[in-house]
Amino acid sequence: MADALLQVESLSKRFGGVLASDAVTLDVKRGELHAVIGPNGAGKTTLISQLSGQLRPDAGRIRFAGGDITALPQFRRSALGLARSFQITSLFLDFSALDNVALAVQAHAGHSFRFWRNARNEAELRQPARAALERVGLGSRADWPASALSHGEHRQLELAMALAGAPRMLLLDEPMAGMGPDDSARMVAMLRALKQEVTILLIEHDMEAVFALADRITVLVYGRVIASGAPAEIRANAQVREAYLGEQEAVS
Amino acid sequence: MPALTPRNVIIAAVLIALLLLPVFVAFTGKIFMLTLFTRIIILALAAVSLNLILGYGGMMSFGHAAYLGIGGYAVGILAHEGITSGFVQWPAALAASALFALVIGALSLRTRGVYFIMITLAFAQMAYYAASGLARYGGDDGLTINTRSQFAGLINLSNKTAFYYLCLLLLFGCIYLVWRLVNSRFGMVIGGVRSNEVRMRAIGFPTYRYQLACFVIAGTMCGLAGALLANATDFVSPSMMYWTRSGDLIIMVVLGGMGSLFGPLIGTIALLVLEEALSGVTEYWQIILGPLLLLIVLFARGGIDGILRSLTPKVRHG
Repeated sequence: MADALLQVESLSKRFGGVLASDAVTLDVKRGELHAVIGPNGAGKTTLISQLSGQLRPDAGRIRFAGGDITALPQFRRSALGLARSFQITSLFLDFSALDNVALAVQAHAGHSFRFWRNARNEAELRQPARAALERVGLGSRADWPASALSHGEHRQLELAMALAGAPRMLLLDEPMAGMGPDDSARMVAMLRALKQEVTILLIEHDMEAVFALADRITVLVYGRVIASGAPAEIRANAQVREAYLGEQEAVS
Repeated sequence: MPALTPRNVIIAAVLIALLLLPVFVAFTGKIFMLTLFTRIIILALAAVSLNLILGYGGMMSFGHAAYLGIGGYAVGILAHEGITSGFVQWPAALAASALFALVIGALSLRTRGVYFIMITLAFAQMAYYAASGLARYGGDDGLTINTRSQFAGLINLSNKTAFYYLCLLLLFGCIYLVWRLVNSRFGMVIGGVRSNEVRMRAIGFPTYRYQLACFVIAGTMCGLAGALLANATDFVSPSMMYWTRSGDLIIMVVLGGMGSLFGPLIGTIALLVLEEALSGVTEYWQIILGPLLLLIVLFARGGIDGILRSLTPKVRHG
């Protein structure tokens, strides 16, 4: 497919007796927001970890922007413009919010064997970092230590860090996890604005958010893709309703 | 312009006292003070270098004394072979330490946690036994250095005052170097890895090469301290790199304050002055020193520098 930015072909990953990814095939088109949903243990995070390079697949292929990245280490994928955020917040807690984002900028600003100039005075790092913080609504928190921010702000900071490298594609692992309704609504609004600029692969439990945001949805159950399509198709898919949505709707 | 906090005033006072020490000695004739403080400054330089990897980089090296020994032996062996020029000895000391750090670092930085500690310890002990086996250079008994490093008449290291000031200058220079390093892009990477290594990889840093570079810089700096120590004592022996010496260096850093610029200097002064004072009171001074260290580590997480900083109320967020 010509306009696919990310193509995943029969990706498989086994942990002992568990097939966490069972011949997963999907593609993400340039400019779309593609959501991956599935019950707990469906292998969503395993999938994203293989895409970002933290895990090596046992079989299958990953192509990004036309090139095969299956064997590339994490930092090379990152350099190609593939950025990931974490389900469990993973920040530099003893650094300021601005430092956190500036590090993400620095990661994409050439090598860091620069020993002399004060990095905190470099406009080349600080300005994009500040812009990314403003972007996610954390401008006023720039100089706070990351450890002093709230949970919702941590999620926003995660997003700012992912954005800081001006990525071509964002891999977002449950950005709404653990958020209250207000923070969630803010995050949905932010992602809606973001998807105008950057291709997004979103893993999310919050169904309301997924159906509000996604252009296409892939449903994963026990490591296998059971359906893929537009939100309306997924809603109507009997298999999906049985495996997944049924219980959700029963709850809500 | 640093603020006039109690901490900054105390540190400035310590630095000025160090600068004026030879004047004090000249008036009082207490030469032993000059000898003691020369030793303190040299070990502080070693502690500063350890702090770079331990305090700023979070790399718990338990073999840092190896570089003291390697730097010292480079000077000792060359002197024994009749090469007394410091212009040869000192670069050799630095190069040997850098090379050793490169090899140890390349292997040990592939591991983490306890394994990293054990591997660095094992390499230092290997260096210790290797030095013990150098029969030509005194083996277990060590090697006496008859002539201190010669610098073509530029500076006479046998002049106690001149040597003291050289050591002090090098210490200040290295502290300045560490300050530049830890605030540079390189330093941000090193600190980032200490804080959250997984995340550093995820945002696109090849962390291993930066840690290795940091490890080599620290080792080289400690090799310089070794070259100074050999000149200060006119003697090198395997005990310079015994594991208890590595332990002492860790204590100096932790006591003064990990990841603090002046912490290692303060920690070294505190430890060695206490040791000197207590050993004058009782021969069982370690019984007093041990619990004292324990108290500081338990109750002052930032070491002595942490206590000094807590004298100024912090700006609170949130």
